Amino acid sequence: MKKSTKYVCSLAVAVIAVALLFALDANKTGAGMLISILQKSAILAVVAVSMNLLNGFTGLFSLGQAGFMSIGAYITAILTIPVKNLDGVYYMSGIAPWLRALKEGMEASPSWLQAIYPFLAMIVGALVAAGFAALIGIPVLRLKSDYLAIATLGFSEIIRAIFSSPQMDQITNGSYGLNKVPTFPSVFGLPSLFTPFIVAAVSIALLVLLINSTYGRAFKAIREDEIAAEAMGINLFRHKEWSFVISSFFTAIAGGLLAMFMRSIEAKTFSITLTYDILLIVVIGGLGSVTGSVLSAFIVTASKEWWLRFFDQPLIIGGWQVPLFRTGFRMVIFSLLLMIVVLFYRQGLMGNKEFTWDGLARFFRKLGKKPAQAKGGAEG
Amino acid sequence: MSLTTILQHCLTGISLGGAYALIAIGYTMVYGILRLINFAHGEIFMMAGYFMIFSMASIPWFISVPLVTAATIILGVAIERAAYKPLRTAPRMSIMISAIGVSYLLQNLATYLFTAIPKGYPEIPFLKKIFRIGDLSASLVTFLTPVLTIILVFLLMQLINHTKVGMAMRAVSKDFETSRLMGIKIDTIISITFVIGSALAAIGSILYFTDRMSVTPFSGTLPGLKCFVAAVFGGIGSIPGAVVGGFVIGVVETLLVAMGYSTFSDAFTFLLLIVMLLFRPTGLFGEKSTDKV
Amino acid sequence: MSEVLRLENVTMQFGGVVAVNDLSLHVNQGEIVALIGPNGAGKTTAFNVITGVYTPTNGAIYFNGDLIVSNHPQGNMKKLYQGENRDKFPTVKVQTPDAITRLGVARTFQNIRLFKDLTVFENVLIAKHMRAKAGIFSATLRLNAKEEQAMRKETQNLLEILGLQDLSQEISGSLPYGQQRRLEIARALATNPSLLLLDEPAAGMNPQETDELTAFIRQIKDDYHLTVFMIEHHMDLVMEISDRIYVLDFGQTIAEGDPEEIQNNPRVIEAYLGVQEDA
Repeated sequence: MKKSTKYVCSLAVAVIAVALLFALDANKTGAGMLISILQKSAILAVVAVSMNLLNGFTGLFSLGQAGFMSIGAYITAILTIPVKNLDGVYYMSGIAPWLRALKEGMEASPSWLQAIYPFLAMIVGALVAAGFAALIGIPVLRLKSDYLAIATLGFSEIIRAIFSSPQMDQITNGSYGLNKVPTFPSVFGLPSLFTPFIVAAVSIALLVLLINSTYGRAFKAIREDEIAAEAMGINLFRHKEWSFVISSFFTAIAGGLLAMFMRSIEAKTFSITLTYDILLIVVIGGLGSVTGSVLSAFIVTASKEWWLRFFDQPLIIGGWQVPLFRTGFRMVIFSLLLMIVVLFYRQGLMGNKEFTWDGLARFFRKLGKKPAQAKGGAEG
Repeated sequence: MSLTTILQHCLTGISLGGAYALIAIGYTMVYGILRLINFAHGEIFMMAGYFMIFSMASIPWFISVPLVTAATIILGVAIERAAYKPLRTAPRMSIMISAIGVSYLLQNLATYLFTAIPKGYPEIPFLKKIFRIGDLSASLVTFLTPVLTIILVFLLMQLINHTKVGMAMRAVSKDFETSRLMGIKIDTIISITFVIGSALAAIGSILYFTDRMSVTPFSGTLPGLKCFVAAVFGGIGSIPGAVVGGFVIGVVETLLVAMGYSTFSDAFTFLLLIVMLLFRPTGLFGEKSTDKV
Repeated sequence: MSEVLRLENVTMQFGGVVAVNDLSLHVNQGEIVALIGPNGAGKTTAFNVITGVYTPTNGAIYFNGDLIVSNHPQGNMKKLYQGENRDKFPTVKVQTPDAITRLGVARTFQNIRLFKDLTVFENVLIAKHMRAKAGIFSATLRLNAKEEQAMRKETQNLLEILGLQDLSQEISGSLPYGQQRRLEIARALATNPSLLLLDEPAAGMNPQETDELTAFIRQIKDDYHLTVFMIEHHMDLVMEISDRIYVLDFGQTIAEGDPEEIQNNPRVIEAYLGVQEDA
């Protein structure tokens, strides 16, 4: 395929996406569910790509995503809840005086500064998460694969325990969680509906640039063979630490977005199940494929929240109620699909390849030639 | 806190620890042989809880117990056959993801079949009988759990150290490939490992849930992870280590709850794990292994 | 002639097993030195100690006259240590393998360790990473375009010189065995070493491939002003190419000399070449 054709294709996709967003914005009430699914997908895509940076590109099996998301989410929520709502939110034990003072100070600042506060809040959350990652990375990253997984999972649980502990009542509102979090702010005068997509796009773009840089290549070398990577002069610890810190940074950004998306958060939201959900998105998309993770985030979220919904509804055909179809069946089907991917299509949607227009063209050509054989699985 | 209260809590803790120890053995044995954290083990334990609920609904306890144990064994072995065996040559990360997938599937399946609402655990009347020793009082199950744990571990150690199967298991955990070359039927040995692990999880589940009275689809996750930590603490691959780890975690957790730090009791387990991994990654009784370059 | 590498009383003990025992040797500038010996004699362990994969239990290593590694028995090893000279090395100096590579020591591995899922080009390009001056942020934001360009150009040149340019976009794991060995050497060269350690470069090669390899090693040695230290079992190759040979058995040197001396040394014939006659 010619380079110009590819440009046109990519441009067309971008234009269609933007047009779609404007259309959705014009029809907010009618398309409420679609909007919320797309926004959630975009947020999860950021976490999935960040997780892929670690698991797929650096070969570090980390399961601490939920913990880092909760840091981002809590800090964003605490910093953005308007002062007038504080008493309602912290109705049990009240808010810590220093925090109230800080927030009152923030609201007294000039309006241009206030317009970017939500973004600053997200970045602060992400920086705290990154700092925390840097700290725990020092001991944890020396561990081998499965020990690393269980240790990161452990830290994630510790963070959750801290956030929900009664000792933190005046800051995180303990086990009651935080609510009345303002929704997405608008950027560049665009409707606020665009914000999660813009933040997600910028985050993923930065991650892609990193993966394709010389540092990204070093990460891949570590994934392939640690001993050979060291023999190439790559400092294992420093590079693992970078990968871990950057991944945690963007995971926390996604956590901040999630807080604004859900409007209310509690420690329970960030349990191990959330990490598993994200891992499943990464696996279905293909470990080591950014486009795979992004596609998979949209497909998995849409199937879970929308396409497979009908499994949860009782289905009656000609007066006969089909058995099995009731609440919870959707998740069973979903987990079975996942097991099929894990066992039989270990490569996921994209393997470790990226989406290219050439790849798509080849796929369709193959589909046209041998329709019977090409049906088996997707090809990147 | 008075001495009696402390002793009372210790007793509860030891009892909880006994149940943990039985589950931790399943982790440590599977890890010893497959180098796999069997994330689904906690869910097997949870399913054993549900099996008991349904079995006890119509069958007396003394038939239910062996029946539930058998059902749990079948579940455990079936999981190994379906989800782990096909991935034997795959990278370790794939098997781990498969294990997480199975645990996710069992949770969702349990939610679908039994709903997320806690289901009452049946009472085995004689286990709930209150006993008194001096000022201490507790139900029989509290006293029985540690005793039963020790007996089962003793039997298991005999099996591993003094039978042909046990020798084969030790050989496989030392060197997978060489034992295969020596004519050991790896698949059979792995199945036996899952049989033992699941049976102990079933018994652990009965002892654990009798004290807790209800089961939900998520009852297995945290105890499962804690028991894995117990196995790491004791030194992964070592059965006495898993037992000691189980008791330590059970006692400390109970004491933390008693002192009013219940939110931190889970966090403590993981803190213990991290401290252990940093200062003694091979655990209390683990053996050191070096990677060959 | 200046010394490039020097090992002094290096002992490597794993628990109670002594893999390398009081090994002392040196390699001079511009030499090709071979390390031979029966299987399990501790040759690869010696390489792993030199490159920092293992920290020696006792002994010191010098590179271009500078002390790069030094250790004496510590902790548990104080009791377990079975070697000699335990008080000779009071300083403790340990470096990670990447630091030693950056000093100019490159190596290949006995059981080829390529980045199998990456292309030939990427394999070599990765070796250039350690010299990159750009930080992670400027690299991500592409502020290092010039440097990146230079890295790619050098990689391209190296592949051309070594005759691998036609394979540059192939996935390295799919190359034939001989090419993989060659690529591993190319990758080691890309780190700009002054000392090249080759661990059984001719393993699994037929006589013709071995001849090609002999010429190849000579060529790169001259072109890149290298000093070569290699472990090898192919005696034809060793005898033809080496300036000097060390023979290792049970972790100790049992002989040292030029090829002719080694061939006539009775201890070597007993320990090593005797086995060859049977084969």
